Amino acid sequence: MANLKPLTALGHDAPEVLSIGAVRISERFDVALASVAARRGKAGDLASAAQGIGLPLPAPATHQAGDPWSAFWVAPEMWFVEAPFASHEDIAARLKAALGDTTSVTEQTDAWVRFDIAAPDLAPLFERLSNLDLARAPVGFASRTVIEHVGTYLVKRAAGEVVLYGPRSSAASLLHVLEVTAKSLL
Amino acid sequence: MSQSHRIAGGQIDRGVALRFSFDGKSYTGHPGDTLASALLANGVRLMGRSFKYHRPRGPISAGSEEPNALVELRSGARQEPNTRATVAELFDGLEARSQNRWPSLAFDALAINDRLNSFFTAGFYYKTFMWPAAFWEKVYEPIIRRAAGLGSLSRLEDPDEYDKGFLHCDLLVIGAGPAGLMAALTAGRAGARVILADEDFRMGGRLNAETGEVGGRPGADWAADVVAELAGLPNVRLMARTTVAGAFDHGIFGAVERVSDHLPAPLPGKPRQTLWRIYARRSLLAGGATERPIAFENNDRPGVMLAGALRAYANRWGVAAGDRVVVFTNNEDGLRTATDLQAKGVSVVAVVDSRRGGPLLPGLRHLQGAEVVDSAGRLGLSSVTVRMADGRTEVIPCTALGVSGGWNPNVNIHSHHRSRPVWAEGIAAFAPGADGPAGLAVAGAAAGRLSTHGALLGGQAEALAALGDLGIPATAGDLPKAEDAPVSITPKWYVQGGKGRAWIDQQNDVTVKDVKLAHQENFTSVEHLKRYTTLGMATDQGKTGNVIGLAVMAELTGKPIPETGTTIYRPPYTPVAMGALAGRSRGKEFKPFRLTPSHKWAAEQGAVFVEVGMWLRTQWLPRAGETTWRQSVDREVLATRKSVGICDVTTLGKIDIQGTDAGTFLDRVYANTFSTLAVGKCRYGLMLREDGMVFDDGTTARLAPEEYVMTTTTANAVTVFRHLEFCRQCLWPDLDVQLISTTEAWAQFSVAGPNARRLLEKVVDQDISDAAFPYMGAGNITVCGGLRGRLFRISFSGELAYEIAVPTRYGDALIRKLVEAGEEFGAVVYGTEALGVMRVEKGHVAGNELNGQSSALNMGLGKMVSKKKDSIGMPLSQREGMVAEGGYRLVGVKPVNPADALSAGSHFLPEGAAPVLANDGGWLTSMVWSPHLGHCIALGYLKGGDQKIGTRMRAVNFMNKTDVAVEIVSPHFIDPEGERLRG
Repeated sequence: MANLKPLTALGHDAPEVLSIGAVRISERFDVALASVAARRGKAGDLASAAQGIGLPLPAPATHQAGDPWSAFWVAPEMWFVEAPFASHEDIAARLKAALGDTTSVTEQTDAWVRFDIAAPDLAPLFERLSNLDLARAPVGFASRTVIEHVGTYLVKRAAGEVVLYGPRSSAASLLHVLEVTAKSLL
Repeated sequence: MSQSHRIAGGQIDRGVALRFSFDGKSYTGHPGDTLASALLANGVRLMGRSFKYHRPRGPISAGSEEPNALVELRSGARQEPNTRATVAELFDGLEARSQNRWPSLAFDALAINDRLNSFFTAGFYYKTFMWPAAFWEKVYEPIIRRAAGLGSLSRLEDPDEYDKGFLHCDLLVIGAGPAGLMAALTAGRAGARVILADEDFRMGGRLNAETGEVGGRPGADWAADVVAELAGLPNVRLMARTTVAGAFDHGIFGAVERVSDHLPAPLPGKPRQTLWRIYARRSLLAGGATERPIAFENNDRPGVMLAGALRAYANRWGVAAGDRVVVFTNNEDGLRTATDLQAKGVSVVAVVDSRRGGPLLPGLRHLQGAEVVDSAGRLGLSSVTVRMADGRTEVIPCTALGVSGGWNPNVNIHSHHRSRPVWAEGIAAFAPGADGPAGLAVAGAAAGRLSTHGALLGGQAEALAALGDLGIPATAGDLPKAEDAPVSITPKWYVQGGKGRAWIDQQNDVTVKDVKLAHQENFTSVEHLKRYTTLGMATDQGKTGNVIGLAVMAELTGKPIPETGTTIYRPPYTPVAMGALAGRSRGKEFKPFRLTPSHKWAAEQGAVFVEVGMWLRTQWLPRAGETTWRQSVDREVLATRKSVGICDVTTLGKIDIQGTDAGTFLDRVYANTFSTLAVGKCRYGLMLREDGMVFDDGTTARLAPEEYVMTTTTANAVTVFRHLEFCRQCLWPDLDVQLISTTEAWAQFSVAGPNARRLLEKVVDQDISDAAFPYMGAGNITVCGGLRGRLFRISFSGELAYEIAVPTRYGDALIRKLVEAGEEFGAVVYGTEALGVMRVEKGHVAGNELNGQSSALNMGLGKMVSKKKDSIGMPLSQREGMVAEGGYRLVGVKPVNPADALSAGSHFLPEGAAPVLANDGGWLTSMVWSPHLGHCIALGYLKGGDQKIGTRMRAVNFMNKTDVAVEIVSPHFIDPEGERLRG
């Protein structure tokens, strides 16, 4: 492999982890990401092919975890697929090979920064960040939402766990707003 | 004299003393006090001077409707003007100052205005300051602003933070009086998600100000118990100190929570205020009612108050606003003030009741058929003059007068979608109309039901109705017993007779006479009345004065009040700080930043950054010894053209386009053809708007038979993507096309210059010789021993150039690698300034030329618009006026005298022609200093420019006061044959 050293979205060698009161914000650098969109009229074929490799294609506004593939819905007949980066850095090529002409696959790994945010009660934090009704959202809920002018994807992984994907170039700005908002809850 | 006017009772904590100051003098109060109640407790009635006439004023109310008692709170950067003392929660160390007075509140030199009042009637400014016109801005306006106005700004940056947020609920209850509490209790017990918001710091509404019982207990105790129960329900959110300021679309309400206003300063990290957007499935307005006065001569002296406020100060705050009290009322509720104060041992010397007949109050001097006609007292009330039923007058010494003209339901929120309130004869007031915001019901006094029982019943019923709509089962619990007195009112708006001024809108110094003047001058519509007299403007928005003003106008016009109508109600209900609206979007955090993959490296080199939209791009990279930006930019340009330069171009938009119809799709969105583009090649594309003007440009590469990657300009990355999605989803849903942005996924660097290939050969694993990777080649590669990447042989500089891309996490490493590999060639990294110089030298259009008003033909790219296929913008680009000979054409411009500077924005004029519009030939769009040529060069749009190459013109700039002889040349200053980039 190339002798080029990768940097996290925040420009560091290792992912950032912050603990602010009960809120823990962990940058994730170990997840590969790709978009999978059904070609026109090929949704059924895609579903079959996905089933063949154990790739979940969850319903709108939901996330489905799996091993190695997890996925969340982003648009009609379009999903973001997650997999461990260490074993799936070439995620787009792997998916394209498996799904063939049923699908348009695009690498998205480095288009996003991912923050895993955990707290016993995330409502006070997210009601200051997003207009989503997180308290009512079921576990597995996934949606696009805007946080301080930054377009993000939010996935509710558990009652006290949220995954946030934001544009990589705005990683520092996004973390800043997460940080100051969490501090305001202290 | 400490709290000389404090009497027994009230909901204050007498065990704790809070020290505060007003105009530098120290006082004490207690937790639970407002600034107004604490000042009144200390015998201070005079709290401000009026807006126009500088009349001495004290509070007339005990709530947010207060027009008079406006003060400055705090000092330094936290100084806040125009704060209502009646809602300012007292805290230890509070500093307050009166405003709009000089040199002191008691002696205000500008009170001379009051003596000159006959000159200052409504419309005075418009009529007086008309000549000479030039005096208005420089002389009149500054003087008027100095003389009028209220508080002052510190002009220091607000040191506090403000937050924003979003809340969701099944039922939003606005107002925590009896109706709101009953509604919240009903819905809360049913398990619904409830938000109960109240502007007061103590929930309970009028129950805290009254002595009546609810459920066999004092109303305030019942309210406290309900609040305690609600606080224990996990599905209920209690939001005290929170004003619902507006009703917006789709059940969304704006609310300001004053998180820290009751503290000397916010706690560390805490915001001062939070602006909430509340998404409510159903909502209930239980905002109560506001009492209105009756206007009479000199009814604005400190000590003249609303009767309900006088009662509230006594019952809630244990304050007797005066030791000898008179009550003036036209309704039954006013009598309560007299009986409550009497019960508390306050001397009530007379009850002046404009109604005739009915039972007399026992133990009080109840003067029926009488009215207050005047008052006396220089800085505070000392007596009132009463005209008895038989016509004789009597001066009654007193220090406080409680006036009640009836109660106006607070319909504001219900009318924010332009619902017109309707006149309710029974209460002589406007009540909510039928067409309020969807999902918003009204209960209690806000609905015109002024009894406590009516409020409890209405709150419960409306909550049950809302829950029924939502399918949430609920039961009507027992309704606590409470008074249900009918409203008895004989409308009286103002007292006739008298030669002095009777004040309607005390905040704006509007009198009955002003309304009469407006009528006399034909400003009879309520909207005209408002603007002519300023009735109902400013912080209180006429909460106490509007209805009286329009009632007077109705009387003058002979129209009934309902026909006269009200002005439009608009958010916010009460003033909202600009800081709350801005939230965290201020200063450096006004917007998020986007950082390029090379940002860290560039910062280490001391790069100068420039904001390009949200991106921070390297503008130039100064080196030691360079003292001006030009030195750096010239060096970067020359080094690139001589050897090789590197530039981060990640910011250009990248859109992945896949599908069996991707080529067809591109043919339709681009003016030129892409379906025929070979795999492994890229092409410059021109995108038009439907009107035929150029929308954007960029290169698009074909990476596979069904996969293209489009690049856009940095500025239009989002708008082009949005446009493509619109085309895909709405115009041509039959096409098999999938789109996704990959702008951020790839770190992309331009490597340009004669040694570009030699440099890249040290990095790229594959053969990139001219034969293997020819001009406009594109494809997947590997880098530095196996990292996946992409290479495009495209040039913006006119040099042999490539753009190389790797996954963004490797972008930092790649630029370090490129710099290291380029050392032997003297490679430089260049920024956007050098990029701009080189593109002008090459004659490429960019933002200044892509101005939304220019066609492909204007840019010299007319031949790119293919007539062999249909595409967006092609038909309209062929309009007669768009293709006419002699239209604007892109040209190059150089000064005849190389020493002359050019400036962008200069206009072309023929030599010797007058600088008038008829002679205008076009303008210079972009100008740079070309270090390669050693003089300024420019691009421009010139009428018939393609026919004027080689001619001379003038470039005239009135802004810069320059007039330069120029030669019109080809826009391609460097390598017009394109030999370098194909090298």
